[in-house]
Amino acid sequence: MNFDGAVFWQALTSDTFRQGAITAIALTVVAQLTAVVIGLVLAVMRGSGNRVLRGISWTYVWIFRAIPTLVQLLFVWNALPQLFPALREDWFSSFLAAWLALSINEGAYMAEIVRSGLLAIDEGQQLAARALGMTPWSVFRRVVIPQVVRVIIPPTANEFITMLKITSLASAISLQELLTYTQQSISITFRFAEYYAAAAIYYLVIVSVFMAFQAWLERRFLWSSQRGGERRLVTALRGMGAR
Amino acid sequence: MTDHKPLLDPALLGTEVVEPASTAGSGPLLEAVDIRKRYGRNEVLRGVSFGVERGDVKAVLGPSGSGKSTMLRCLALLEPIDGGEVRLEGRTVGVRGSGRPARLPERELAHQRRDIGMVFQKFNLFPHLTALGNVMLGLTEVRGRSKEDAAQIAGDMLERVGLGARTRFYPSELSGGQQQRVAIARALVMNPKVMLFDEPTSALDPELVGEVLAVMEELAREGMTMVVVTHEIGFAKRVASRVIMMDEGEIVEDGTPTEFFGSPRHERTRRFLEAVH
Repeated sequence: MNFDGAVFWQALTSDTFRQGAITAIALTVVAQLTAVVIGLVLAVMRGSGNRVLRGISWTYVWIFRAIPTLVQLLFVWNALPQLFPALREDWFSSFLAAWLALSINEGAYMAEIVRSGLLAIDEGQQLAARALGMTPWSVFRRVVIPQVVRVIIPPTANEFITMLKITSLASAISLQELLTYTQQSISITFRFAEYYAAAAIYYLVIVSVFMAFQAWLERRFLWSSQRGGERRLVTALRGMGAR
Repeated sequence: MTDHKPLLDPALLGTEVVEPASTAGSGPLLEAVDIRKRYGRNEVLRGVSFGVERGDVKAVLGPSGSGKSTMLRCLALLEPIDGGEVRLEGRTVGVRGSGRPARLPERELAHQRRDIGMVFQKFNLFPHLTALGNVMLGLTEVRGRSKEDAAQIAGDMLERVGLGARTRFYPSELSGGQQQRVAIARALVMNPKVMLFDEPTSALDPELVGEVLAVMEELAREGMTMVVVTHEIGFAKRVASRVIMMDEGEIVEDGTPTEFFGSPRHERTRRFLEAVH
């Protein structure tokens, strides 16, 4: 078998790969968090009594779920600067473009996830909070949101992992992330297996960390007086193997 | 369980209990005047009128679907009404202007709801908060109390409903009877002028009904004004000062327990009482 362990190890421990991984993680986190906020706003708009707001939310989800992510990415990077000269400046980096495109796209999916979370909450919850004399904002922040968060953790964690992998699409707009470095290395050395394997290991490790974070988060939202000492991340990591 | 410490303790609940002499004692504390409510073409309340005097316990009986719960929600300002008015201490609440009054915006309704406590059939405790957290929320969010103050007051109140040892438990870890007592404590700490109970024991296992009724009886003894929608005939006989019978969105009978159960005037009341006995 033609697999050079030294090349593989060199790739795995190289600065460029680590740099690419950090870029991929950073892009994943900022894009996904932005998408959660967009999704929350869209979901609330969708549930509002205002027909115009509902229409805007529906249209957003319709458009950005329909168009392939890669098309949106290329559009933001190539077409937007054509339309708006202000974006031809240096500050409009490929990272910024990827952030914008991926969060707009993912926001459409998050809107549906948050909406399902809102629908999952018993109507008696809002009734009880309103009966206490709580204002709408207070009801939303203290009663609705904490319960929505718990419901949407598993599907959102899924989206997080998907987002990490979608960031590799940003290699198409020459963002220096993990896959870009992999392909650059391959084009020089023609060692496919070693570099792809190294990249795969990186993705595996990053996703594992995300999963541990998810497990920890789910425990925090267990709503049980028994969880006491199990809230620590280390314990959650250990518990993951048993799942 | 609560004989040593009263549920309604001005020292515990703050100083807002003091009433100006002009409004106290004159006319009913809570009054429904010709309340009408419809869902689509279905007329649920067809002109409901009654008053609750200060310190009164009004039991509301009637078959399911007679509009009892809807009426309670209208009184709690949780549902807009299509006609009539709700008066609290003689003041019309829930709307602005006269002639063709407009329903107040939700923020202002919230302010008026602080004086009205509500207990629900299915408890509706907040599952993400402990028993203590449930009772604290209104204090911190609505009454503007500090966390420390609120925890102190909420803890005391939970002790008074017999749950001093359960403050750190989440609703899912409590029995139905305990959950409902937390719900009563949650409403009581807000120091409401009137408490509305919507079938508070209907969702409970039979053996848990007693502990909830005991708290309610204690509350009545201490002079809380209450409107209780219930199927507990025994409770109505023992505790209520007035009993109302509702049927098809109307009040068909309104009397003292002795009159109501001894010699009901209306045929529909007689048939209902025969059916539930």
